[in-house]
Amino acid sequence: MSRIVGIDLGTTNSLVAYVDEKTGRPRVIPDRDGQVLLPSIVSFTGEGVLVGAAAKRQLVRRPATTVYSVKRLMGRGYDDVKEELPYLPFTVVPSEGIVKIKIGSREVTPPEVSAIVLKSLKERAEAHFAEPIEKAVVTVPAYFNDSQRQATKDAGRIAGLDVVRIVNEPTAASLAYGLQRIREGLVAVYDLGGGTFDISILRVKDGIFEVLATNGNTHLGGDDFDRAIVLWLLEDIRVRHHVDLARDPEAMQELRLAAEAAKIRLSADERTVLTIPFDDFTYHREITRAELEQLIEKLVDSTLMPCRMALADAGLSPSDVDEVVLVGGSTRVPLVRRRVQGLFGKAPHSQLNPDEVVALGAAVQAHILAGGITNMLLLDVTPLSLGIETLGGIVSVLIPRNTTIPTNAREMFTTSVDGQRVVDMHVVQGERELAKDCRSLARFELSGIDPMPAGMPKIEVVFLIDANGILNVTATELRSQKAAAIEVKPTYGLSEADVERMVEDSFTYAEADVEARLLIETRNEADTVITHVERALAQGRQLIGDEEHRSIVAALTALKDSRASTDRDRIRDATTAMNRSTEHLAEMMMDAALKGALASRRADEVMEK
Amino acid sequence: MDHFEVFGLPRRLAIDTAEFQRKFYELSRRGHPDFHQGAPPERQAEILEASARLNAAYRALRDPIARIEYLVRLEEGRETREGATVKPKAPPELLEEMFEIQEALQEAQSGQPGGLDAGAKATLGAQRERLRARYEQEELRLRGPLSQAWDAAGPAERAGALTAFKESLAARAYLRTVIDDIDGALGATEEGHVSHRRH
Repeated sequence: MSRIVGIDLGTTNSLVAYVDEKTGRPRVIPDRDGQVLLPSIVSFTGEGVLVGAAAKRQLVRRPATTVYSVKRLMGRGYDDVKEELPYLPFTVVPSEGIVKIKIGSREVTPPEVSAIVLKSLKERAEAHFAEPIEKAVVTVPAYFNDSQRQATKDAGRIAGLDVVRIVNEPTAASLAYGLQRIREGLVAVYDLGGGTFDISILRVKDGIFEVLATNGNTHLGGDDFDRAIVLWLLEDIRVRHHVDLARDPEAMQELRLAAEAAKIRLSADERTVLTIPFDDFTYHREITRAELEQLIEKLVDSTLMPCRMALADAGLSPSDVDEVVLVGGSTRVPLVRRRVQGLFGKAPHSQLNPDEVVALGAAVQAHILAGGITNMLLLDVTPLSLGIETLGGIVSVLIPRNTTIPTNAREMFTTSVDGQRVVDMHVVQGERELAKDCRSLARFELSGIDPMPAGMPKIEVVFLIDANGILNVTATELRSQKAAAIEVKPTYGLSEADVERMVEDSFTYAEADVEARLLIETRNEADTVITHVERALAQGRQLIGDEEHRSIVAALTALKDSRASTDRDRIRDATTAMNRSTEHLAEMMMDAALKGALASRRADEVMEK
Repeated sequence: MDHFEVFGLPRRLAIDTAEFQRKFYELSRRGHPDFHQGAPPERQAEILEASARLNAAYRALRDPIARIEYLVRLEEGRETREGATVKPKAPPELLEEMFEIQEALQEAQSGQPGGLDAGAKATLGAQRERLRARYEQEELRLRGPLSQAWDAAGPAERAGALTAFKESLAARAYLRTVIDDIDGALGATEEGHVSHRRH
């Protein structure tokens, strides 16, 4: 069997891993620069498409055409996401059930954007193994519904990958831990990532990882922490500098990146200073861990109810759990750890890198599917109840949530009018009594029924949820034993024809010259440095002597000259030289900023007294 | 093949949980699609079907009450799906209180903007506690004496045992609905109390 890699397609970062045949251990694959994490960001520039770190550098420069956190849009309708759209610097528009992102005159779907990230990981793996990679296990949040899973599968296809299995992230993590560290017993996996939250409760015994219950929120993560900080900073800037930056996409991106960086620093430090140079002023602000915790406390606490619900579904109380495992970058936040420890009454595990553990687990599952591991087996569940709409809009549940997958349910349908040849059904997913409160998955139309008196035809419909958590429906007319034709109209998703077209498009677009792309990246980086230096010179001229100023200006001119050439090495060398010549200036500015922040804090304290 | 047959079990309600789980793991290990990815497509389809059947049987038999619901359907030869419940019916000895409760609930639903007053809340809360106790009692009866009666019944006594199941399940379903309604009226997300829908 050909090689299968494991891919964690994250909200913030993505990565690819495999199991080393010799050691039996999963390993992440770094890129040429040794970086393991690929930022899940795609930037559409006039000259081509950038992905990863190169795209991340475009966040501030090209906010309208640089797409990040696209996972939050996967398999979603416009109404699902419209509340967060004001915070996104790119334009999201509704389009036949799903949403699309407007890039200039073009529109792209979330699966197409994800496909660009997947393709980059595919290429990374191909470079590593020096062989084509066509198959992958891709992870999704456990609480992803059918449409979100399908969208992820579509993304794989567009990227030229056969997604042989969709695995839930917390269960993947438990596999990675299970290889070495988990004792047998009841395990809770608490997974808080960039955009999604999952809790899964498992029983681990004799190499079987049986998920007992899962719960979560596919719209809660580190992005929301960042947003809480940004809103607080906006208000602070409004008060102290009398400007409203909310309508300035570039400034908003600067704020978001600074907020994220401050949040990360506050996991280790008690206090930190934000310094953001804007065109008209430089913003300084000290933020303490206590202040951060106040901002995010509600969000963190909102993860506890899903934990309790999952425990209740598993018939357990928190103290029954033997081991607690933390997954996802956001579990580095001390408040998150305290709350999890408080709920379960025991210190959680976090020995494996929370950014990598899901990809490692995906690699383990890939190895199981390839036949390389035969003593481990993952038995996962469907996170949401599946039902059909019946008379009066009431949902009749066919497959309850937390049922082990694959699983199926049979339902008999008949006609209500003489000679009726078509029967409709509406399939929904969710826990509410009324279909309108649940998630609409699809409308199915059974046709080709032989004309008979009402109530005579007996059509057996089988609803099968496969090991990916994706629904498949088949129907048979029992009298004739004829398979009934089914037309599926997914409520949120791409049609088969859409996906086919995108697969073709991706071949025509993507085979751009690698060298040309690298040149663009190098130029872009030079542009970023030029902008920063010009801004620094405008603001910090008084901090340095004439000679230093002259040498910086000389380096700047050299860099600008080199930028016009097509010699990538020359541009990179000039950029490096530029950075070196401004090190001292940067230090001086940082010192000044710190002093400024402390001074303003002292002033605040005086005011309070 | 019915769900009992999938596990090689007789149509009885007493099931050794540890043994049942061991058997489930053993059958999963033998027939899970993960271990047969290299098989030809028709064989894969069969494996998928068998695996789905195993998991459906596991779901239906794992919980003692779900097991009874399944048994009743199986014995009656109904083609309805799993999860379909017997028509909810109020336990006769509770009929009088039910009027009172329904009245209070209707008042709550007709909705003064401030919601229920403190007195009405306290009354509903107390009644909910009694109903919960009654609900648990019904479950104990189902899992205990009624299940034992079925397992011990000869062919002539089975119909009676089934009727007893149906009555008890109907009372339980009714209590569940009323408890959920009271939860709704009192505000569903009280701390420490999980009130999302049960199956």
